Amino acid sequence: MTIVRKAQAGTMQSSDLMVFLEPAPELVIEIESTVKAQFEHLIRAKIEEVLRERGVGAGRVRVTDRGALDYAIQARLETALLRAGGE
Amino acid sequence: MARNSLGREIPERFGGKPLVPYRDPWSTRPAADRATRPLRRADPGDKKLCHDLREAIERAGLRDGMTIATHHHLRNGDHLLNHVVRVIENMGIRDIRIASSSVHPVHAELVEFIREGVITGIECGVNGLIGELASKGELRCPITVRSHGGRARAVASGEVPIDVAFIAAPCCDEQGNMNGLQGPSAFGSMGYAFPDALHARTVVAVTDNLVPYPAAPVSIPQSLVDLVVPVQRLGDPAKIVSTTTRVTTDPVGLQIARYAAQVIEASGRLRDGFSFQTGSGGISLAVAENVRALMRERKVKGSFGCGGVTGYFVDMLEEGLFQALFDVQCFDLRAVESIRKNRAHVEMSADTYANPFNAGAVVNGLDCVILGATEVDVDFNVNANTESNGYLLHNTGGHSDTAAGAAVSIIVAPSIRGRLPIVKDAVTTVTTPGETVDVVVTERGIAVNDTQPELKAELLRRRAPVKDIRELQREIYAVTGTPRALDFEDEVVAVIEYRDGTIIDAVRRVRT
Repeated sequence: MTIVRKAQAGTMQSSDLMVFLEPAPELVIEIESTVKAQFEHLIRAKIEEVLRERGVGAGRVRVTDRGALDYAIQARLETALLRAGGE
Repeated sequence: MARNSLGREIPERFGGKPLVPYRDPWSTRPAADRATRPLRRADPGDKKLCHDLREAIERAGLRDGMTIATHHHLRNGDHLLNHVVRVIENMGIRDIRIASSSVHPVHAELVEFIREGVITGIECGVNGLIGELASKGELRCPITVRSHGGRARAVASGEVPIDVAFIAAPCCDEQGNMNGLQGPSAFGSMGYAFPDALHARTVVAVTDNLVPYPAAPVSIPQSLVDLVVPVQRLGDPAKIVSTTTRVTTDPVGLQIARYAAQVIEASGRLRDGFSFQTGSGGISLAVAENVRALMRERKVKGSFGCGGVTGYFVDMLEEGLFQALFDVQCFDLRAVESIRKNRAHVEMSADTYANPFNAGAVVNGLDCVILGATEVDVDFNVNANTESNGYLLHNTGGHSDTAAGAAVSIIVAPSIRGRLPIVKDAVTTVTTPGETVDVVVTERGIAVNDTQPELKAELLRRRAPVKDIRELQREIYAVTGTPRALDFEDEVVAVIEYRDGTIIDAVRRVRT
């Protein structure tokens, strides 16, 4: 899957996150989070896992997290990918 | 550096004073008399009334290096502390310590005066920006956090000698008789100001409602008051309500409240004579609603409700479910209205409420107390001071006082807040020691401390979802993942004093 257009998913509510995607020549993951000190490593691992499963190798992935659990990260990122994606 | 009995590293000195590490909740005994202050003499015709705060501060003899106090009944609506410090700065006085009963986000204005060296120490807990900046190492100003009972103790013993107390008086006459019941800034109980009136070297009543003599009823009498100052406005009582004061509608919160009520039921204490305290948070109030329903159903006649008082407790008093309310602080305007009209709604000093070093505090008679937490740990220690980011953001309030006093102390909290697990291996900061915490209730289950084997057995008999606290922690971590520990510098920015004056923890600068 390729990120061909800008897209976003999610909310800024507590325990949720916003995912912003845009096309880019290389894969860049940027994480802002209320629990960055405690959980950045797990947030990053989850994002990388979803991108790998979807075969995304390039694009700018920007996440603004308000303490979302893994399932919410996965759901928001997959939704954003579907909105951003081309065949 | 010494380790206290909870394994926390405590510096030998802080803010120029030697520290005694915490050992346990009970063994520290007072070894001195009450602090004294000079006697005064006032003769007929002597005038207490000052033109403005500046004149009062001059007449009070406030100088560099002294300590002032205010009280926080107007909470985030308080104008007085900022006003007093502005005048102090304007007069060129420096190096002042603040020993108020609490500091709120509205006092963020003080940051500037701390940076300028007008304020150089805070002898009380802080809510909001000041604590956050201190935690980041951006303010040079040692902070000593005290519980409500601990502050009353420290003021009475002279450990914190207050040179000038500024008491916000919503209704006051020119001799200094005052109450909190009447006037545009009426906030109800003046409980936290009583120790100041009794022990400060100079007592200044500040009022926006100067009434013809006598101001009655009298909460604090003229014989304790040196000076009286009129001001435009003490504050905004509509902002007393700074936290949630409605029953939660969140299903997680409601589940926790049901479990907590189950714990109270199983404790066997919900019978005639029942005494109870909750805070003003949404879950606490939901527990109160459940307890109220149980009391009605069983026709239980309770003895007293206590603490910061909300409209929910007023309803229970008026319904006859309690004989009396002991009120150190009104949490909402319905409580203010009630203390004005209900004789069984009793104004209580912070000393009577919670000081461990007097002839008997009200907290000692509590059956159950419901308390919140930002974190608990597998030893049942509770953190109510720092957030999980390590910033000092909350004052202790009556947390450690009521936990020690109540027969059953119950912590209610959601198991996860914004991915942060409530149960940790070790809390970031100990506010209240686990040996005084009996039960932790989350929506995933109830953990009972080994201090309460009978309660645990009874809950199991009732098929309540009792879990070992480590099992509860594992279950939560399975959802959140294991958090990485925060990184702290060695520098101590605040100490958390236990109610007996020993140091239960130190707050260190967060490494950024």
